[in-house]
Amino acid sequence: MTADTHTPPGAAPYEAGFTEGGANRVYTVTGGDWEQVLGAGEEGAEQIVINMGPQHPSTHGVLRLVLDIEGETVRQTRLVIGYLHTGIEKSCEFRTWTQAVTFLTRADYLSPLFTETAYCLSVERLLGVTDQIPERATVIRVLVMELQRISSHLVGLATSGMELGATTAMIVGFREREKILDLLEMITGLRMNHAYIRPGGLAQDLPDGAERAIREFLVDMPKRIKEYHRLLTGQPIWKNRLIDVNYLDASSCLALGITGPILRSAGLPWDLRKTMPYCGYETYEFDVPTATEADSFARYLVRLEEMGESLKIVEQCLDKLSRLGPGPVMVADKKIAWPAQLSIGSDGMGNSLDHIRKIMGTSMEALIHHFKLVTEGFRVPPGQVYTAVEGPRGELGVHVVSDGGTKPFRVHVRDPSFVNLQAVPAMTEGGQIGDVIVAVASVDPVLGGVDR
Amino acid sequence: MSELVPNGSAAAGGRRQDAFGAKGTGDTSGFGGLVAPAPVLGSSERPFGDDDADKVYDALERAFPGLDEAIERVVFDRGELTLYVRREYLLAVGRTLRDDPALRFELLSSQSGADYPDDPTGRRLHSVVHLASLTHRRRIRVEVSVTVEDPVMPSLTSLWPTADWHERETYDFFGIIFEGHHALTRIMMPDDWVGHPQRKDYPLGGIPVEYKGAQVPPPEKRRSYS
Repeated sequence: MTADTHTPPGAAPYEAGFTEGGANRVYTVTGGDWEQVLGAGEEGAEQIVINMGPQHPSTHGVLRLVLDIEGETVRQTRLVIGYLHTGIEKSCEFRTWTQAVTFLTRADYLSPLFTETAYCLSVERLLGVTDQIPERATVIRVLVMELQRISSHLVGLATSGMELGATTAMIVGFREREKILDLLEMITGLRMNHAYIRPGGLAQDLPDGAERAIREFLVDMPKRIKEYHRLLTGQPIWKNRLIDVNYLDASSCLALGITGPILRSAGLPWDLRKTMPYCGYETYEFDVPTATEADSFARYLVRLEEMGESLKIVEQCLDKLSRLGPGPVMVADKKIAWPAQLSIGSDGMGNSLDHIRKIMGTSMEALIHHFKLVTEGFRVPPGQVYTAVEGPRGELGVHVVSDGGTKPFRVHVRDPSFVNLQAVPAMTEGGQIGDVIVAVASVDPVLGGVDR
Repeated sequence: MSELVPNGSAAAGGRRQDAFGAKGTGDTSGFGGLVAPAPVLGSSERPFGDDDADKVYDALERAFPGLDEAIERVVFDRGELTLYVRREYLLAVGRTLRDDPALRFELLSSQSGADYPDDPTGRRLHSVVHLASLTHRRRIRVEVSVTVEDPVMPSLTSLWPTADWHERETYDFFGIIFEGHHALTRIMMPDDWVGHPQRKDYPLGGIPVEYKGAQVPPPEKRRSYS
């Protein structure tokens, strides 16, 4: 390249430089000129810069790492994200409050029900209908969230195993996750991207047979957790790779904003389900597993124990549901509740024909109401709220601003994966290059949530 | 409730455009053309009627002399306390919030931006910080606003290192420049991206897409059938 690199006139000092090369303008890649980066490495004795990802089977998704290494020792770790940015937050501003759920469920694709819940709790607080949400809906929310927490931890376990070469762990992890996906498919209609939790309640009630299927799973799963312990917890290779690796103590966690299993593995029992309860978590009996070793092995154990605690909560949810008996799962306020009645037809789930017949044939008002609410949506009083739930990876907060219209004015998702990834340099610098993989696996980021 | 929000009229101001080409609110009833009055800036009266919020504000008043100078207004709405801090005082107020034993907001939960084009003060870019105290189990929100012409405010990375990526994201999406940040670069968008996509005057999908040599115009520039 012969032309000079220059900064565009009037641009912010942080804007990328570019080179005029023929017809097209060529911009400088992330992190400076590659040649300069490589040149800097040659000054040191054995220091080289290597690029890992974004298309790499051990980076847990489209995460890119730029590692500055000297022999096998990592001198500097830089993370590059944004490869999966889809503008979910911006898109939400152009759809109704109900439709926004459909976008948000695609952010963290391993725990979408948590994002949905945090968003819906925020919208309900803005609407001022938090007290009117039927208890049955809240209990089912907790039920599906806890099922999903197990499935998310299972993927964390499975992918970690795969990244470390323990492919049996991958097989068993995905095997049990498949059972949970079957349950969620039975309940919500979809394996992933459920859009099941809606402002005001749920899309629909539990189907017939769901309780029995979940109870069968509850009998099966504890045996499986024991199997993971037998397979991995005592296994010498697994222990050698994980114990005393990627240490991060509680004060560093707080400074870096790290929450979830990583913070609890450093000894701080901070779990929003206990410390700032929502969805009635204060009425469930469960423990918050912690460890004090603050290494990757401790995080693995904390996640495994959390699965057992989630099973306890799921069982209590089922007991509560049978005590509550049948009832509505959507707020009674007809100005908010989705008007459609869904039913299973010959071509899958859709509007109930009986309901269509009724509103088309007998009630003009119902038809207008249905049309208005579905096309325009409901209005939400102006204001802003921030609601956080304890996701499988830590604090999952949603900041929602309303200007009084039928669409969100601003939605921001505080995704725990995004924040927790900032810990990777602190965990890996000065360590071995092989432990970088362990660090990313123990953070268990979901890049869909990181990039949104 | 509406007087508590600096901007309630983005829809009435006609800034919004539906992805399908509908103008205004997207209201199909025929009554959508009624213009709602723009809400005025408000401040909540004390006591707020909430134990935690009152305690936080009392402690902050004790620990930070000259608080009235540093804080433009205080809003208590839906159980959440929001401090609108002047940017010159952000670091000092932040340090007090983090270190004072009665406050102890150790964790910066979230930081993001919001764009209020009709903010009557003219400072339309807001940085919204959510702080959490693990000691006292409380949350508060700190908001700082700047203009588009001078979008500079101090970085919180010296107080809460976790603000690093949050501030890079806010810079990327809103163009707020955080002074004192060690490497304020784009984080989600490519480095050579022009503009800040989450500002309200930045259209959704406003970038022409090249496909097999042909240009597909952005949605708002395509042929309209309405």
